[in-house]
Amino acid sequence: MHNEHLIRLVSLGILLLSWSVLALVMADPQVLPSPVVVAQKMSELWVSGDLQIHLIDTSIRIIWAFSLAMTLGGILGYVMGRYPLLNAWLDPWLIVFLNLPALVLIVLCYLWIGLNETAAILAVTLNKLPLVMTLIREGARNASSELRDLAQVFKLSPFHKFRHVILPELLPHLVAAARAGLSVIWKIVLVVEFLGRSTGIGRQIHTQFSIFNITGVLAYALSFVVLILFIEFLIMQPLERYATRWRQDA
Amino acid sequence: MLEVDVQNKVFGKQQILGSCRLKLQAGERLSILGPSGIGKSTLLRIIAGLDTAYEGKVNRPVGIAYMFQGPNLLDWRNCYQNLMIFHREASQAEAQAALEQVGLGDKGLSYPRQLSLGQQRRLSLARTFLSKTDLVLLDEPFTSLDPKLKAEMLELTRNLLDQSGAALVHVTHDAKEVDILSSNAVELQGSPATLQYPIPAAVIQTLDE
Repeated sequence: MHNEHLIRLVSLGILLLSWSVLALVMADPQVLPSPVVVAQKMSELWVSGDLQIHLIDTSIRIIWAFSLAMTLGGILGYVMGRYPLLNAWLDPWLIVFLNLPALVLIVLCYLWIGLNETAAILAVTLNKLPLVMTLIREGARNASSELRDLAQVFKLSPFHKFRHVILPELLPHLVAAARAGLSVIWKIVLVVEFLGRSTGIGRQIHTQFSIFNITGVLAYALSFVVLILFIEFLIMQPLERYATRWRQDA
Repeated sequence: MLEVDVQNKVFGKQQILGSCRLKLQAGERLSILGPSGIGKSTLLRIIAGLDTAYEGKVNRPVGIAYMFQGPNLLDWRNCYQNLMIFHREASQAEAQAALEQVGLGDKGLSYPRQLSLGQQRRLSLARTFLSKTDLVLLDEPFTSLDPKLKAEMLELTRNLLDQSGAALVHVTHDAKEVDILSSNAVELQGSPATLQYPIPAAVIQTLDE
């Protein structure tokens, strides 16, 4: 385990080193600034308070879209997995939304609803929703009918059945959907901000792009990567270990 | 106590069960014998109220415990929880006593996947008998066990039945189990399957062979 951590650190070090060497070889900070220059820019943005403002705005949009997509996708995916007739009705819609390009959804949301927060959050939610529905549907389909029989014959109340049978069975699928969904949200939310918001990391990347400031683009982008890593290692991975802890004893 | 009058059970276009009638008094034990795939489990599910798509009528007691072919445990809950979730009135001391009865006294905090197959069946047995129940339904729960373990489990089940005083309906294709668990046996046979009884001792002997 310690070896694995070491390998990961060394691997990250090699990436930074390669970047530094490439920046040195190109010798043009306008095109490829070194990691040190980008880190200095991040530090400046942090000290000025700009970075926090935009990170918080982006995070709020992520939290909204994530919560909505997980709740709606969880419920819809579950009922589709449990009721074949409902699945037959909703599956064509799911296929359409799964294959609709993210950009189309974003543009349509902005055109129909306006350049506002509602449209931005809805666009991200709609992009993530089909993925969550698909994963939860599979979880519901794979759920054990024997355990439902068990709950019925021992007369578990609907609440206890949900708490002790349905939810724990779905939990690994919910965590998988959350992780896969977050990876979609990371990508979409920046595009949504890039195209139609006045704040957020995506907007700042747009601004830096328009003045051809690659150091600024990289500084904002890397700040966002740090945020993603923070959520991945401090929230998602521990959550996944918790959800599957009984499997690790096998 | 239990009155079963099933006239017809269909899967798709195929009629699985024909006339199946039986009556059971409190504490009475009955085995239903029949080859694999004849519809024994289907009949037991109807008796339990798990299958309601049939023609006929079943009057069953309120307190029913059911032991399935597989151990059917909640892998994400420990042994105590696997008992107490299904018997909400039971205390942890009662759950501990039930575990001790089946030889799992030191496994209360273990998860099912940490148990051997035999131990999982024991836990399932403890869950079946933890609360006072009027009727126990056994759906070939020991089929996949090796002969030695199966004999142990049958013995343990009989002891628990003796202590509880519950009535029993037990389906099996193994006539040897009848002697150990039941006082009566009926046979499910034909297509669609119907209950034939009583089974003469000679038939049980033939089935045994």
